[in-house]
Amino acid sequence: MSAAESKKEKFLSGISAGSSVHSTTAMNKLNGLDFPTRKTEEWKYTRVSKLINSNLTKGEALLDAEVFSIQQLDSYKVIFTNGNLTHSDLEDNSSISIRRLTENDVLLNSQANEEEIFTTINLAYEHGGLYIHVSSGAIIDKPVEIIHLVDGKNTFAQIRKLVVLEPGSELQLVEGYYSSEHGFAFSNIVSEIIVKRNAKLHLDKIQSESEEHWQINSEYVYQEQDSSFSINTITVNGGMVRNGLNIVVDGSNCETSLNGLYYLKGNQHVDNHTKVDHKKPHCTSSELYKGILDDAATGVFNGKVFVREDAQKIEAFQQNNNVILSDEANMNAKPELEIYADDVKCSHGSTTGQFDNDAIFYLRTRGVGEKNAKNLMVSAFAEDVLQHVKNQPVRTHINTLLKTRFDWKL
Amino acid sequence: MLKIKNLHASTEDKEILKGVDLEVNAGEVHAIMGPNGSGKSTLAMVLAGREDYEVTEGSIEFNGEDLVDLAPEERAREGVFLAFQYPVEIPGVSNINFLRAAINEKRTHHGLEPLSGKDFLSLVKEKSALVELDDKLKNRSVNEGFSGGEKKRNEIFQMAMLEPKLAVLDETDSGLDIDALKIVSHGVNSLKSKENATIIVTHYQRLLDYIVPDFVHVLYDGKIVKSGSKELALELEEKGYDWIKEKPTV
Amino acid sequence: MAYTENDLKEDLKGKEYEFGFTTDIESDKISAGLNENVVRLISEKKNEPDWLLDYRLRAFRTWEKMEEPEWAHVKYDKPDFQAISYYAAPKQPKVLNSLDEVDPELRKTMDKLGISIEEQKRLSGVAVDFVMDSVSVATSFKEKLAELGIIFCSFSEAVKEHPELIKKYLGTVVPMTDNFYAALNSAVFSDGSFCYIPKGVRCPMELSTYFRINESGTGQFERTLVVADKGSYCSYLEGCTAPQRDENQLHAAVVELIALDDAEIKYSTVQNWYPGDQDGVGGVFNFVTKRGLCETNAKISWTQVETGSAVTWKYPSCVLKGDNSSGEFYSVAVTNNFQQADTGTKMLHIGKNTRSTIISKGISAGKSQNSYRGLVKIGKGASGARNFSQCDSLLMSDRCGAHTFPYIECENSTAKIEHEATTSKIGEDQLFYCLQRGIDEEKAISLIVNGYAKEVLNKLPMEFAVEAQKLLEISLEGSVG
Repeated sequence: MSAAESKKEKFLSGISAGSSVHSTTAMNKLNGLDFPTRKTEEWKYTRVSKLINSNLTKGEALLDAEVFSIQQLDSYKVIFTNGNLTHSDLEDNSSISIRRLTENDVLLNSQANEEEIFTTINLAYEHGGLYIHVSSGAIIDKPVEIIHLVDGKNTFAQIRKLVVLEPGSELQLVEGYYSSEHGFAFSNIVSEIIVKRNAKLHLDKIQSESEEHWQINSEYVYQEQDSSFSINTITVNGGMVRNGLNIVVDGSNCETSLNGLYYLKGNQHVDNHTKVDHKKPHCTSSELYKGILDDAATGVFNGKVFVREDAQKIEAFQQNNNVILSDEANMNAKPELEIYADDVKCSHGSTTGQFDNDAIFYLRTRGVGEKNAKNLMVSAFAEDVLQHVKNQPVRTHINTLLKTRFDWKL
Repeated sequence: MLKIKNLHASTEDKEILKGVDLEVNAGEVHAIMGPNGSGKSTLAMVLAGREDYEVTEGSIEFNGEDLVDLAPEERAREGVFLAFQYPVEIPGVSNINFLRAAINEKRTHHGLEPLSGKDFLSLVKEKSALVELDDKLKNRSVNEGFSGGEKKRNEIFQMAMLEPKLAVLDETDSGLDIDALKIVSHGVNSLKSKENATIIVTHYQRLLDYIVPDFVHVLYDGKIVKSGSKELALELEEKGYDWIKEKPTV
Repeated sequence: MAYTENDLKEDLKGKEYEFGFTTDIESDKISAGLNENVVRLISEKKNEPDWLLDYRLRAFRTWEKMEEPEWAHVKYDKPDFQAISYYAAPKQPKVLNSLDEVDPELRKTMDKLGISIEEQKRLSGVAVDFVMDSVSVATSFKEKLAELGIIFCSFSEAVKEHPELIKKYLGTVVPMTDNFYAALNSAVFSDGSFCYIPKGVRCPMELSTYFRINESGTGQFERTLVVADKGSYCSYLEGCTAPQRDENQLHAAVVELIALDDAEIKYSTVQNWYPGDQDGVGGVFNFVTKRGLCETNAKISWTQVETGSAVTWKYPSCVLKGDNSSGEFYSVAVTNNFQQADTGTKMLHIGKNTRSTIISKGISAGKSQNSYRGLVKIGKGASGARNFSQCDSLLMSDRCGAHTFPYIECENSTAKIEHEATTSKIGEDQLFYCLQRGIDEEKAISLIVNGYAKEVLNKLPMEFAVEAQKLLEISLEGSVG
């Protein structure tokens, strides 16, 4: 056995292999995959050696995830604790079906079968799962709220979600990621989302795990024509967070909107990778990611926009702005465009800098203390992203998380 | 109220103020005039506590307290207000939220309860009328997209809201047409009282027609080279600054 | 006093002056293949000192262990490095009597330019070093420059005449281990240009090297080293052409610039290597490593107009080591037919208050692929560093590609980095406006493209800006989609 293989085996020794046909196929594929290194372009700025050298187990949870529910939010609630589905307002009516994912819930979309090692591990090994199906034309009256809690040191939590929106349906999803302060633990999450013709999905994703927690979160979204998909990724806490957001827009007249906010301190490392693949003409996508980095935090942004041959009349807009507050903080940005059609309007911009000193001084001469002046600037900076969170209780929940973590008194 | 003694200040190792002495009492209006580059704006910035300027010698005493070691926000809470020559634009920070933060921090500093939303808004209404500030401007981001005149009016509006003991107006007349100048001056004059004082920093005499100073000082090469009554301003207007440069007398 | 064409002729009298576009020069070419013996042979043919042979051998051994990079957004059949002849020198350089001897296709191009590049250079009094295949053929104006203490000569000559300078600076900016092609070049480079500007001297004329690949089955591996001593200034221009051939020819050059304290180097390139034909057959593989080092207060400015080559892999870069130093990169890259370009720059900010500006304009037509790839890295100590990048792409057909791959790495909290990129089609309303005013489509496109590239073209020395404009026009001919 090679060194790489024994490393893989050790890393996975704490969890059990899956038993379905799909797991077996994934397991075979896993044999040919290695963990990413500095030389793996997609992982150029994110090291995983700490993760793969850790001793992870299934873990034991004591905390009640209920406390992380969003106040005042009327929702269908689903709770995962250490990767297991522990509570669910299970629904199975003519509009929506929310149920446990079975081994036979076949992956409709092959995108998630691309050779990405963590996605493959997710399928090859046991995982908790959720299946949400929205019937044709159904407009779901309240959001589905999914709470992910990881508790216990060295827990390895695996979750897989499949969300299918039939033609003309609408759904709002709110996901929250939390963990206890019990030390290092790891969540490996894969979501597959299919938004069919004329359907509309909005997702608010809130990440607020502990500073020692690691999360690798991969989303594979497939959009059919006339559909709309929007996501807000708000990262408030988490030791290492890697978001891999892959969207294939395979129909015309689609709208895609991706927004992200990461406000980091301590030794946090947050990596947002996004890929929007325009395969058909007449679509728009817009992307806005903003980051504030304090202490010794590191931010990574890689946004990729593809416009395939003959996908004319695409308007793709991408913006990434970062503010560095500390000498120890780092930011690596890589906004990319790959365009193979000519009648397009695509642009990207990326800035990294600091708050305007003149502005801070101005605020101070009016009596606003240095810390609050900074907070005012941060909240103004973040507002461009947060304004996309339209659901008021969700917005309030995010504000509370930010206020608690950063001592905002605004 | 304000006692400046032998004040030396420099920026990037270059000495700009070379020994300024100035005393301002409550109820007084002082005008500081001087040619470009004489150090007028530096004096204003040093009073407000801009960190780019280092006080190398001398002292600034404000109501018996040494100002030099205070942070800009502490000076502001003690009652020093600077109306900027170039008010900075702060995208995304709303004028109203910012003022509310400022007022409440000042109140907390003085052991007062924060102002309720209702009281705050009625105060805004009262004070904005003073400088005829458009309602729309109040809800916009600080100074963003304001015209030059609107920015200056916004400065005086903030001054009215914060009720400073000492107001320093740095070239407040620059870029104002005569109507705007009248509005701004009216605002400043209405805020004058026996308890507060005003320092007007200006290159031209024009503003002094509207805000009449009790004393006029001429700053040249980092020092006050001449002081007098308001007539001095007229003399300067007539003769220019050259005669000061030729014959520096104290 | 103006320097006239007659003066130039006088200066050149009696020299083996060669501006040849001819293809039938007899040449001294060694057989194809690469091994230690070939490296020794090249060194021997050039009567090189031991230290240089040793340098070449170390580079060769490094190269043997390296792999050809594959990260660039280009696809091509890798050259067979054993099928290339690594040394070809014109045996008896003969004076070209008439332009009739020139390759007719190339001649056509020259006619379209209205005036030959050489004539322009002669008229404008530019000092030219001419490198054909592997060997520097002639350097003009040498004596004039020598009066100011400026050394401008072929690389081989510099090895003989100024070994101390070569020894001191060779490989200091682009080490032999830098990358696959740089290692190859370090092992087999045959000639190139060397330039040294003494302290405080402002070089009064444009210095220029003109490169040409002539022989078939050869590669060109030239080496350029420019050293601007403290407080000096020079402007340097290189031009490149190659005849039309069905095979792919390899060009793997290394350019090193060193700007000592307060010095400034402007380096402009008009690259017009043979791009291959309409079906993508033939053309030059242009794999070039160019890098400059800036000491305190120094400035290096790269300007490039890239219209040629089948495949381009090129990133003129600046190492901003000294405080207050600055780097600039202005680029226009045009690709048509089956051309592929992956080009951009690296700005490495090390010193305090370092500044960099990147303006890149890509124009893709036909079935070509045009990529901007750049790195802006702000090191921990680079307080107050600033970068501004603007990368625009213009698409002229529905079968071409335009791509942007910027890497932005910031380790300092006082740095400011701004990057902007846009990709769009040539403006139809602009085009229509021109047509409505009676301008034909080709001319209109050329007008618009030139306007689009103006920011970069303006950075070229005057006399070359005209040439570059015409080149853009020619490159895009027949590309109206």
